[in-house]
Amino acid sequence: MMRKYSYKIFVTLLWSFLTLITIIPIYWMVLVSTKKPVDLFGKPDLSPTFFENIYWKNYTRPFIDGVYSEYLFNSVIIATSNAVLVTILALMATYALSRFNLAAADNIFFWTMTNRMAPPVAFLLPLFLLFSTVFRIGDHSLFDTKIGLILLYCIFNLPFSIWLLKGIIDGIPKELDEAMVIDGANLFTIFYRLIIPLAAPGIAVTALLSFLFAWNEYLLASTLSSVYARTIPTGLSEFVTTTGTNWGMMAAVAVVSMLPALLFLVLVQKYIVAGLTFGAVKG
Amino acid sequence: MYSKKTAWLLLSPTLLILGVVGLVPFFYVLYIGFFTWNPLGVNHDMQFVSLGDNYRKLVFDKEFIASVWRSIIFAVTTLIFELTLGFFLALSLISSFPLKKFFRGVHTLPLVIAPIVVGSIFKLFTVQGFGPLPHFLNDWFGYDLNYGRSAVQAFWLIVIMDIWHWTPFVTLTLLAGLSALPQDPYESAKIDGANNIQIFFYITIPMMIPVLIVVIFIRLMDSLKIVDEVWMLTGGGPGYATRFTGIHIWKQVFENRFYGYSSAMSILYLYVTIVICWLLYSIMTGKQKTNDA
Repeated sequence: MMRKYSYKIFVTLLWSFLTLITIIPIYWMVLVSTKKPVDLFGKPDLSPTFFENIYWKNYTRPFIDGVYSEYLFNSVIIATSNAVLVTILALMATYALSRFNLAAADNIFFWTMTNRMAPPVAFLLPLFLLFSTVFRIGDHSLFDTKIGLILLYCIFNLPFSIWLLKGIIDGIPKELDEAMVIDGANLFTIFYRLIIPLAAPGIAVTALLSFLFAWNEYLLASTLSSVYARTIPTGLSEFVTTTGTNWGMMAAVAVVSMLPALLFLVLVQKYIVAGLTFGAVKG
Repeated sequence: MYSKKTAWLLLSPTLLILGVVGLVPFFYVLYIGFFTWNPLGVNHDMQFVSLGDNYRKLVFDKEFIASVWRSIIFAVTTLIFELTLGFFLALSLISSFPLKKFFRGVHTLPLVIAPIVVGSIFKLFTVQGFGPLPHFLNDWFGYDLNYGRSAVQAFWLIVIMDIWHWTPFVTLTLLAGLSALPQDPYESAKIDGANNIQIFFYITIPMMIPVLIVVIFIRLMDSLKIVDEVWMLTGGGPGYATRFTGIHIWKQVFENRFYGYSSAMSILYLYVTIVICWLLYSIMTGKQKTNDA
């Protein structure tokens, strides 16, 4: 009995320590975002002073006076559109792969997976060249457009969504579809009345995680946009310059770009394991 | 209703988009790899060299080979730490203790934060001048942390950042695997008088091998292609200390503009990641088969 209690105390202490390690760097960033540049230097002060006097200029200068409100707007548009597009396409593709006994189904699966696995940096140059010179109609190229990034993010979000939805749609008995077909339902009705209602939680998780991955993406966005399609992560990297960094403003932008993640954490926490392992391990 | 035509119709938008943003760039980069193409050089047009010339040069390119080794060492180091730590944390989460749900929730937090933000968090935490970590390390232990100057410190700081960011993934995945294990083998082992260490090595680990393969597979793939966090924190420096293959390729493409040569690099890098993961996969599944026999 004694041993059991000491184990419990040990584990609780261990996890409290880990929680501190997780939270303190994030907490410090939030703290820096509320401080005046002159107050930063000297002995680091970790006490929570930010409730008393927040230096709002760290937030207002990039987001109201600067271009970061546009970046934020772009991020919202790109991530939302990509999540919607990916969820609809993945639902259709998964249904096709799950129900029609295609001979090539396994190969198509494997191929979509390789798209997620490949290092994106290997495709930066061809994508950059294709987007700026090849994929163009008249004066309009895909380079530096929101549509370009929305399509591009399918490269990692579509495979992931298909893998996540596969387990869910496979779990809906095929007999239900067949019964509806006998009653004269067409494909659209089957989706609308059967698949979407039954798979609703899974679809919601797919959409939320797709949004999150699109929101967090940096490398492709920084290479394939210059002015009009900049997203928040690319804006964050703009702070690192050789002439000196405005640390308070950088922290403020980082805090804002972290917000959706924090909001979603509560919603997706249960499914994040299944999401990140492509459903190979159920959470 | 279940005609093949409908199936392909449903699949076509997915295949079309993945083809355009995935397959076309792959063949394009393969194609450029056969050329010399330096837009900033003397001959700034695309010139065919030979099918293997860029690749032959690549094998003797010390900087590139060094960056590949650096990436592999980084991936293996972080994997060992994350796997060990994650396994024990997952085991500890099986039993019940106060505030468990809260702890697990906070543990999930780094997973949803963007890599570039993680880079910023660590930059703010370790920067010279006002970062708490260098300050307190100096105050309490007299240790001088300046990753802008020390190559070893920069490398290990990136390792620590990766552990901070991705151990939760290992923990939660292994926890999901552990919770799904059948209980009968444990009961039989206890009746036969096995101790906890024996149970761990002879029952838990063998039964966890499929989940372990998934975790190792995904972690290796992801850490071999690390760019964002490193770019934000050290920019690949000091010197070449944290210039992993991804960053090396990025610099060759967008700073030096060696289009042809860096395309060959990309292809080789793609090949290395695939081979490593395939090797690992076959070793682990092969071992599992001999265990079963």
